[in-house]
Amino acid sequence: MIAESGHYALVLALALALIQSIVPIVGARWRDAALMNVARSTALAQLLFVAASFAALVTLHVTSDFSVANVYENSHSLKPLLYKITGVWGNHEGSMLLWVSILALFGGLVAAFGNNLPLSLRAHVLAVQAWVASAFYLFILITSNPFLRIANPPIEGRDLNPVLQDIGLAVHPPMLYLGYVGFSISFSFAVAALLEGRIDAAWARWVRPWTLMAWIFLTLGIAMGSYWAYYELGWGGWWFWDPVENASLMPWLAGTALLHSALVMEKRNALKVWTVLLSILTFSLSLLGTFLVRSGVLTSVHAFATDPTRGVFILLILFVFIGGSLSLYAWRAPALKQGGLFAPISREGALVLNNLLLTTACATVFIGTLYPLALEVLTGEKISVGAPFFNFTFAPLFVPLLLAVPFGPLLAWKRGDLLGAAQRLMVAGIAALVAIALVFAWTYGGATLAPLAIGLAAFVIMGALCDLAERIALFRIPLSLSLRRARGLPRATWGTAFAHAGLGTALIGIVCETTWNSEYIGSMKPDDVARVAGYELRLDGLNPRQGPNFREMVAQFTVTRDGQTVSVMTPSKRNFTTRGASTTEAALLTRGASQLYISLGDASADGTIAVRIYHKPLVLMIWWGPVLMAFGGLLSLSDRRLRVGAPKPAKATARALQAAE
Amino acid sequence: MRSRALAAAALAAILMLGAMPARAVLPDEIMADPAKEARARELSKELRCMVCQNQSIDDSEAPLARDLRLLVRERISAGDSDAQVIDFLVARYGEFVLLKPRLNEHTLVLWLTPPLALLLGGFALWRLGRRKANPAAGGADSASGLTSDEQARLERLLAAESAPDKPL
Repeated sequence: MIAESGHYALVLALALALIQSIVPIVGARWRDAALMNVARSTALAQLLFVAASFAALVTLHVTSDFSVANVYENSHSLKPLLYKITGVWGNHEGSMLLWVSILALFGGLVAAFGNNLPLSLRAHVLAVQAWVASAFYLFILITSNPFLRIANPPIEGRDLNPVLQDIGLAVHPPMLYLGYVGFSISFSFAVAALLEGRIDAAWARWVRPWTLMAWIFLTLGIAMGSYWAYYELGWGGWWFWDPVENASLMPWLAGTALLHSALVMEKRNALKVWTVLLSILTFSLSLLGTFLVRSGVLTSVHAFATDPTRGVFILLILFVFIGGSLSLYAWRAPALKQGGLFAPISREGALVLNNLLLTTACATVFIGTLYPLALEVLTGEKISVGAPFFNFTFAPLFVPLLLAVPFGPLLAWKRGDLLGAAQRLMVAGIAALVAIALVFAWTYGGATLAPLAIGLAAFVIMGALCDLAERIALFRIPLSLSLRRARGLPRATWGTAFAHAGLGTALIGIVCETTWNSEYIGSMKPDDVARVAGYELRLDGLNPRQGPNFREMVAQFTVTRDGQTVSVMTPSKRNFTTRGASTTEAALLTRGASQLYISLGDASADGTIAVRIYHKPLVLMIWWGPVLMAFGGLLSLSDRRLRVGAPKPAKATARALQAAE
Repeated sequence: MRSRALAAAALAAILMLGAMPARAVLPDEIMADPAKEARARELSKELRCMVCQNQSIDDSEAPLARDLRLLVRERISAGDSDAQVIDFLVARYGEFVLLKPRLNEHTLVLWLTPPLALLLGGFALWRLGRRKANPAAGGADSASGLTSDEQARLERLLAAESAPDKPL
């Protein structure tokens, strides 16, 4: 009964989306406010029905109703409750349902809080949202229905893939989807602007908070996924340039560019046409990511060819939306007026450089991810494009980008003074040189590039602080006055500083982890001692333990440093009986920003066990960086200057707009 | 997308293939000479485990990856240079084994896209900048696409927004 209701709710959501696709557009053509307002009600009702559908699937998973194929294939009655819930999106059908739920959520948010949008713009935006939604409802209903029943229900389910039975699955996919799908709003705004043939600085004001919100979620989602891979996959890697990762990195790079170009558009009314194109591209890359991951084309071109229904359907969606929006762009964009002149050396110029480098980086990831697929389809030749390629091509793009980052905020709009900015960055430059000298002296005879990279990171972080110091005239006026100025600074300024400092922070972590990582690989038996980076790890013993749906072998290590006990670490190896699969649960010990990392290998007959112990210096900074960036984004989002298009408009604003309508 | 999920699924598949998984580099593989071992590790990062999804043989725990790691070490012990080891593996397994493809007619587009994107983008910007600097061809700064009514409304809104003592 619940499964059927869920299915039916989804069909109703599709019907609503179809109405929302057409009626508001007709309303806008006829200038009929009632018809345009239909979009608002349908978007909210759609959210209600999709939420009901999603709730139905969650209920089925929680109650372990194995008469539903999706539950049978991905759940087990003994699975802990948390994983029963997260297992809902730990599979293809469920994750697509989460995708449309979040799409409906964003549509609902625009409908609920978009009261201050011009009526026709809102109608167009919601209609475009409904086009995307309709396509994906159809996709789910035709090819990936999560509510299908099994004729003869089995007693027990097949359990969720053990690697996914982790808290990471609870947070990572929803975050990532909030980011991915969040960009659909800027896409809808862009297409709406093209349909209306009109775009202005106010448009950028409405788009920017939504883009920022999506970007914050995507940043956190990617960072979260990276940390998850780091501790779950058991060899301490945190970024693999895997096509699935690249699929999320591309929208992030494009979205970051969009965030910066929308700034130029809002403040200076320039780069309009480019901003619209970026909005379209960012969401197109999100769709591409969905295609890459959901079609199975990544596993093998042949897997895609043998069961093409899903892949071909998403490919079709891809063609219609990307092709359609780009055609619309080619047709209507020339009509959008360009404005805002600026000299090459100016804030605008710096943001344009940011866009050039970020989009090139995005193009690099794009070609690197898709080239092997294309080459195999076209010539049958198989090549690999992996981490070494991306590391090699990314560095030349990111070094100039990072060098330019501190300059941007210090340049004036329209015409900047590069020399003046450089003078004001003197402190950051000196800090960078000191950092290089210190690291170089400390690691004398070691890597030569790493100290330079640390210097670059120091430059970025200190540059962000210099910008703040400059704005509050630190040390040039009495401290109390500076503090008052600091309080008066717009939150967006603070946000910029945090986000840029986060970039430097992440770089320090990346350089330290890749350069000064030390490891011990060996076979150990109880009472053996391993020495890594000044720590002594003694294997106390191996103990079997029974979990809810797995059995595990737990190794206990006592960690000492200079004869003093630091902690006890317990890595384990789990065996999941239902799937006959095993996972490695690494043990992590955090010391400041550094971590000790132990993962277990096989036990052999002579009583020894293969052990890999890593010391990863400052590794946590890799993830603190994105958290800082997201925090900066959040600060910027809370800036009242940005709240025009976001919830809670000032009363006067709302009244003025309603009166004008 | 569930960025780890697919890789994780692939990993699970590998876990199920090899009866009991071995972790990446195993204690018994390590060479006696630390310098040679370091070379082997660096080379391993450039080589693909062909049955895995986008994993280097340094990361992978598949039996094939172990065989390749041993092969690399065997060649290094035999006195091969890094280039010779790579050539040997390419001769045996094809270009597919390289995670950083070599520049040849098939990978020209791949290698040229990043620099070309940068150069063309830069060139386009330069042209645009020149056209804008030329007042005859440049557009007017004030063109915001708003009717005078809307312009007035926008200004009212902006004024209301920036007034510091306005109650919310």
